Amino acid sequence: MTRCWLKPMHELAVCQALIEQVEGIARERLAQRVDTVCVSIGPLSGVEPRLLEQAFPVASAGTVADGASLVLDCLPVRVRCQQCDQVTDALPSRLVCGNCGDWHTELVSGDELILSRVELLQSDSDSDAPEHTVPENT
Amino acid sequence: MCDTCGCNVTHGNAHLLRPGGRLEKTAEGREAVSVLHGLLHENDHAAAHNRGHFNRHNVLVVNLMSSPGAGKTALLEATIEALDGELRMAVIEGDLETENDASRIRARGVEAVQITTGSACHLDAHMVHDALHHMSLDGLDILFIENVGNLVCPASFDLGQHHNVTLLSVPEGDDKPAKYPVMFRAADLMLLSKADLLPVLDDFRPENARRHLQELANPAPVIELSAKTGTGLDLWLEWLREAIAQRTSSVTPTQARDATVAAT
Repeated sequence: MTRCWLKPMHELAVCQALIEQVEGIARERLAQRVDTVCVSIGPLSGVEPRLLEQAFPVASAGTVADGASLVLDCLPVRVRCQQCDQVTDALPSRLVCGNCGDWHTELVSGDELILSRVELLQSDSDSDAPEHTVPENT
Repeated sequence: MCDTCGCNVTHGNAHLLRPGGRLEKTAEGREAVSVLHGLLHENDHAAAHNRGHFNRHNVLVVNLMSSPGAGKTALLEATIEALDGELRMAVIEGDLETENDASRIRARGVEAVQITTGSACHLDAHMVHDALHHMSLDGLDILFIENVGNLVCPASFDLGQHHNVTLLSVPEGDDKPAKYPVMFRAADLMLLSKADLLPVLDDFRPENARRHLQELANPAPVIELSAKTGTGLDLWLEWLREAIAQRTSSVTPTQARDATVAAT
């Protein structure tokens, strides 16, 4: 794993980890270029979507994902109440039941930070795709 | 199923890859790969490896998190003094710069390894793994990891610890759990530090801090504590002893070995 000793925000470190996973998938599939990277992200993941978007071009520069689009699927915060069993929307700062107000809830959605999908382009059948060298060791 | 690249093809999603499936290669040479892997998979793997290492040595590992200046090092100094002769401790210190905190711990006769992160705002599992190469866990009861002072970033990175302890110092205000939900959701114990200042900073209401923590659906206990006066220190020490007792009774050597195998 590429080390990240000198990064001012953790979104860049997270983005580098993302790029490393994408590179591994592209290598496995012998892809020449990554077209789209889809990430599911929740408000309680601890990662700010806007900063992740800013970090993506920096982290992907010079990799097989250089120029790829980052698509973020921002998921809502949802909780299931252990008292009334209802699933309701909640605020990240207040995970109480929207039905009965009890705080004994469990998170159903909202802390995700998942690489959900990668769209790859193969050079042999996509002549328009620019050539990229896939680093062997990153 | 590929075990190395993160492309999880299972019986549940394999149909997507077959001809006509949503993920099959198209005529344009475009291939969509369903992954469903956590972005911090590499870190989590390293954290599991660390945890296996800790379990094999039967050492309790506590990750201390707070904003800068909330009193983590002062808490450790008071803890070391109070538990001297009873429990063997060591500390991993995370800071952007300086060996100041490690020096304070070493001055109390306890081994401390300093990680200086440059401008990185958090410790990650790899940094802790590297630090472990510079210390022995043999005979230790507790390893404290004092994370970089920051209420945002450290919460996202599992280090392999058994418990997260989050300090909220009285001067910071009682609404911090609501303002930093990711950090305080992860807390197994919240310490209201610098509690000796409560009489002068009377707009800090411990019951409000407790309520904000509960509203994050977090049932973690809360202890008002002053490392300076010793108030609440006995409750903190009791929590530590209980955590050790629970580990000793719940983790058998076989389980520890299994955890190690699973982590590698």
